[in-house]
Amino acid sequence: MDYNVPISFAGLDLKNPVMIASGILGLSQNIFDRLIKIGAGAIVSKSISNRPRIGYRNPTVVPLENQNWLNAVGLANPGADVFSEEISNNKVPLMVSIVGSSTEEFRTIVQKFENSNIVGFELNLSCPHVEKMGMEIGDDPNLVGKIVKSIKDLSSKPLIVKVGLGKSDILQIAKVAEEAGADGITAINTLRAMKIDITNKCPVLENKIGGLSGAAIRPIGVRCVYELYKVLKVPIIGCGGILTISDMLEYIMAGASAVQVGSYIAQNGMDSIGKLVNNLQHYLKTEGYSNLEEIVGIAHR
Amino acid sequence: MPIDKNLMRVVSITGVKTETKTVKTMTFKDQLSDKALPGQFLMVWIPRKEEIPLSAMVSNLSGHAAITIRKNGLASTSLFNKKVGDKIGIRGPYGNSFSIKKSNKNVLLMGGGTGLVPLVRLLANMKEFDLNFTIIIGARTSSEIFFLDIVSDLLKGKTYNLLISTEDGTKGTKGYPTDILCDLITRNYVINFIYTCGPELMMKKAYDLALANKIPIEVSIERYMKCGIGLCSSCSINDKLVCVDGTVFNSFQISSLSEFGKCYRDKAGILTKY
Ligand SMILES: Cc1cc2nc3c(=O)[nH]c(=O)nc-3n(C[C@H](O)[C@H](O)[C@H](O)COP(=O)(O)OP(=O)(O)OC[C@H]3O[C@@H](n4cnc5c(N)ncnc54)[C@H](O)[C@@H]3O)c2cc1C
Ligand SMILES: Cc1cc2nc3c(=O)[nH]c(=O)nc-3n(C[C@H](O)[C@H](O)[C@H](O)COP(=O)(O)O)c2cc1C
Ligand code: FES
Repeated sequence: MDYNVPISFAGLDLKNPVMIASGILGLSQNIFDRLIKIGAGAIVSKSISNRPRIGYRNPTVVPLENQNWLNAVGLANPGADVFSEEISNNKVPLMVSIVGSSTEEFRTIVQKFENSNIVGFELNLSCPHVEKMGMEIGDDPNLVGKIVKSIKDLSSKPLIVKVGLGKSDILQIAKVAEEAGADGITAINTLRAMKIDITNKCPVLENKIGGLSGAAIRPIGVRCVYELYKVLKVPIIGCGGILTISDMLEYIMAGASAVQVGSYIAQNGMDSIGKLVNNLQHYLKTEGYSNLEEIVGIAHR
Repeated sequence: MPIDKNLMRVVSITGVKTETKTVKTMTFKDQLSDKALPGQFLMVWIPRKEEIPLSAMVSNLSGHAAITIRKNGLASTSLFNKKVGDKIGIRGPYGNSFSIKKSNKNVLLMGGGTGLVPLVRLLANMKEFDLNFTIIIGARTSSEIFFLDIVSDLLKGKTYNLLISTEDGTKGTKGYPTDILCDLITRNYVINFIYTCGPELMMKKAYDLALANKIPIEVSIERYMKCGIGLCSSCSINDKLVCVDGTVFNSFQISSLSEFGKCYRDKAGILTKY
């Protein structure tokens, strides 16, 4: 299998547009190597904070009905120092997702990875269930602008900003990020949600509230990408509820130049990632397209 | 429609059996867990407390399943204190299982502590075959030994060899279960296959012994688990995920797992030495 559907965007040349979303199998170099070998076009690491975080107590991931999942891992991660050590021999297309609570913290993390062999950064401004990080930052347009600018000043590596549905308008936040120098936008992250066990009369997640991923969020993600495509000049990575090739095509036709999958892995296992790429190759061939760009945003025409 | 094993089933505890002062076996009704293969595990939710992975134990009631828990920290102690009628959540069974080949006549099962749980289930699945069983049970002291009754029950009418080691010598041989294994191998005792589950350093010793003496072995590895479904990478060992690629690994697979017996990932995902 060649898994070849070459794309270039935001200054990156990738073998194919199917990336592993942040937080999915995102901590171990050995697993990154395996994911690339079996077909992934790129990997986004788990969101890395400056100091290690043990995250919330289990249950942190709860499978729900109809191919949906709820999670509140609490951004558990080994911290920037240990993770940069983990990936010190990295040779695969890896993007490091970063999370922090202040401009200074983001700058510190970026500096620790600036000399790593990675293809770029993804800024997580949209985690919906950790206080003073993620969404709480992504909801503040001024702060978003400041953080993006200060990172761009530090690093020449491509910077993707991951936006989600918080209290502020996703289009406004993405636009602010673009104006501050972001090279691309990932949309969307999980949505604030919860599950209550009616027998024991209590929330199931230890953190009570978590993020919803999977099939239910796809129509929202597709809408966001469609609207973002109209207002942005930088490329978009579509994410949220991609569980089949047709889901992926929806995102691409809405305007995504690449996609990220998370729940797909929970549904099908990591070894199935190549199948998604093969199905995309097959689609392009049977429909007579010579490259992916020909269908990016085609639904707008 | 088949039931989605990922969806949590809330079940009532129907039976509690005290094995030792710190170990209990709890029974509950659940069709899916009843069919668990030996070595598979369940994600068990203790409401308002935590969720932990536990091996599927055997229950002699049809349609029922069981788990055996050792009192330790928050989750296990809360579960240990549950009574008949209390409700817990179950998802799974997850993971692969021990392989059973009738051609391996002389099988040896070696378990330490609650590592015995999947081995007892394995024994239940193998007891119909005409095999010679050797079972090694290890514990720190005699009062911590359990499952002797269930093992003798499962193997009623068969000849088998049950060997016990305690670290303080209060029952059986003084020392580790691997000392017994080493002794058997040195005395050219016939072993065609080894199954083991328990503390990783014990299993590493068993693996090294098996390798040196060309005996095939399967070990069931434990790692810190969060999702249990191959999403979070918390349970990774080299390029494998214990929750979906394991928990059972054979000699060939272990030979490429340099982290086995050396290090594991902690709750933050930091590779930590044993
Ligand atoms: C596949 C598998 C099967 C298991 N089967 C059994 C069994 O049949 N009976 C039994 O008593 N125990 C079993 N365990 C261990 C069990 O999951 C818990 O580790 C143990 O009960 C302690 O939990 P605690 O929260 O009370 O302890 P804590 O005090 O919170 O932790 C003590 C130690 O327990 C381990 N631990 C805690 N939570 C987890 C977790 N989510 N995943 C893995 N390890 C954890 C860690 O090593 C930790 O350092 C199994 C573990 C795995 C991975
Ligand atoms: C277990 C889990 C952990 C996640 N952790 C992160 C994270 O650390 N950073 C982040 O930006 N997104 C994280 N996400 C969100 C995913 O990257 C993705 O945006 C979301 O799951 C939607 O995609 P999906 O429907 O394909 O799963 C996580 C999702 C899951 C399910
Ligand atoms: S426990 Fe999450 S990948 Fe295994």
